[in-house]
Amino acid sequence: MNRFWAFVTKEFYHIIRDYRTLLILFGLPAIQLLLFGYVITNEIKDAKIAIYDPSKDVVTRKISDKILSSGYFILERNLSHVSEAGDAFRYGEVNLVLVYEPDFAQKLEKTGKAHIQIIGDASDPNTANMLVNYASGIINNYLISINSEKLPYQIIPEVRMMYNGELKGVFMFVPGLMAMLLTLISALMTSLAITKEKELGTMELLLVSPLRPGQIIIGKVFPYVFLAFIDAIIIIIIGNTVFGVPVRGSVFLLLAESLLYICMALSLGILISSITSSQQIAMMISLVALMLPTILLSGFIFPIENMPWILQVLCYMMPPKYFISIIKSIMLQGNSLVFVWKETLVVIGFTTVFLVMSVKKFNVRLA
Amino acid sequence: MDSPAVSVKNLTLRYGDTLALNDLSFDVPHGELLGFIGPDGAGKTTLFRVLTTLLVPTHGSAQVDGLDVVKDYRQIRNNIGYMPGRFSLYQDLSVEENLTFFATIFGTTIRENYDLIKDIYSQIEPFKNRKAGQLSGGMKQKLALSCALIHKPGILFLDEPTTGVDAVSRREFWEMLKRLQAGDITILVSTPYMDEAVLCDRVALIQNGRIMKITTPANVIASYPYSLFSVKADDIYGLLKALRDYPGIHRADAFGQTVHLSFNKDEFREAALLDYLKEKGIEPAGIREIKATIEDCFMDLMGKEEG
Repeated sequence: MNRFWAFVTKEFYHIIRDYRTLLILFGLPAIQLLLFGYVITNEIKDAKIAIYDPSKDVVTRKISDKILSSGYFILERNLSHVSEAGDAFRYGEVNLVLVYEPDFAQKLEKTGKAHIQIIGDASDPNTANMLVNYASGIINNYLISINSEKLPYQIIPEVRMMYNGELKGVFMFVPGLMAMLLTLISALMTSLAITKEKELGTMELLLVSPLRPGQIIIGKVFPYVFLAFIDAIIIIIIGNTVFGVPVRGSVFLLLAESLLYICMALSLGILISSITSSQQIAMMISLVALMLPTILLSGFIFPIENMPWILQVLCYMMPPKYFISIIKSIMLQGNSLVFVWKETLVVIGFTTVFLVMSVKKFNVRLA
Repeated sequence: MDSPAVSVKNLTLRYGDTLALNDLSFDVPHGELLGFIGPDGAGKTTLFRVLTTLLVPTHGSAQVDGLDVVKDYRQIRNNIGYMPGRFSLYQDLSVEENLTFFATIFGTTIRENYDLIKDIYSQIEPFKNRKAGQLSGGMKQKLALSCALIHKPGILFLDEPTTGVDAVSRREFWEMLKRLQAGDITILVSTPYMDEAVLCDRVALIQNGRIMKITTPANVIASYPYSLFSVKADDIYGLLKALRDYPGIHRADAFGQTVHLSFNKDEFREAALLDYLKEKGIEPAGIREIKATIEDCFMDLMGKEEG
């Protein structure tokens, strides 16, 4: 046990004395979280629109008012001719243009029909889609409100978004980022720490000592369990205080699941380091083989349901996918272990497989 | 303690197509200081790695303290000290932290074995709070040796401990080895410096994975079969080139400011050589017969292998 603690102490010295490691360990999570939370957002707020309203009657004004007071749009300019719409888009002034037909109210009164054109800027398809949907939604609402006396039957769908009522993107990003950062820190840092010993030749000395492979591996990894766990706490705290992401379920369960996931990522890091001998290769494998799948194939950014089946199969092989659904379930839905035990078992399974593989692969000799 | 400290039989190690070690056999009795001399790539490091249980031989066997390097590697690792060729301590840890670390992983403490390392460690102790990476070459070697010794090993493997160390530190280092040997530690040391060979009890000349000779330094010198002469000239390179073309010469090698040339016994004719050199436009100064040093012997032995 003495040997083990000597090893752990040594490992802590390495980490504390290398400010770059410290920066990656603690600077990165905070910066990433703030970046994702603030910069990369898919919410619509204050989208600029232009309106061409040749009729300027009661109905068009009412519709324009409704749209502008929704909070999603602000009026950038009124167009005096429909041909100005193109310029307004081209100069990047507006994201959406509304075009009413002339004599809008009159036509509506007489024929029961009036046309309104909603033009979106599809050079950014996601935003355009969303804006168009929002705008047509508002117009439909208005239509229902003026028709309410006349129509005999109405089906009014009342949509309610559960768990993230305001559809905040950051609710999605915090669990995703947690998975990403814990993978990065745990797998990358451990694989680097172990390959560093190989590169410096100190592994040779450790091997020629009575230390057992298990002691070397656990001794190297132990400090990172601790540090990554602190990171998990930092992410949860920033998510909660800065972005208001709630922890509706048990905090204890959330931390326990995080710890489990950290162990999974660490055992993956050990595996990487046992099949490589240079820090560079270990870094490449960790970054390319771990980061990209974590971001792309975990449901973090892109919905898994929309992927071709072969990618979906891949997704189900990615540990982060399970972790993300576990923490979403706990943080946002307030679920207990009863609801996440399957995913938890999968993560435990991954951890066991990686650990067994890496201890088997660990060479008690050189080459 | 009946078995020799190290016993190697028909040891062969193959890396792909290269024979790194080619059928080595030798024994090292307890308490001996055995030196392995040979150029880079001769197989010294590979041999040490086999003996320290880091590599598995392709054929043959090696025993350390009667224990097999493949089967009993775990027991061997408790009783050997190893100092790899490259400085392999933690550069970001201080001198004292490094030593404490290695003491602890071998289940001992600095205080327990302080006597053993006192001579060496006391010289770097004033710098014990300095990071190992900031030590000079000589001090690094002393620290590495202290770390290799801290658990009181019976056998010490030192892979090129003096490479890249200044002459004074090298001499000190060998004095330390002598003292350790007196303390009943078997020492196997490799070096590319031939002048260090005379400091060993026995030397093994190793080249291309083979041990060409393993005997005492005195025997190496005594069995040198040629007449040896030393010549000086301003243009050492020209002299060397001319001498190598001289018919009947055995070898000509540059030794600092002189050239050593060897002939089969009684075949040296000074007048003929002087005439030859004059023809080539070289004015040699002071040709005199000298006694072979161990370096001359090794140059000769190594040349035979290559030829």
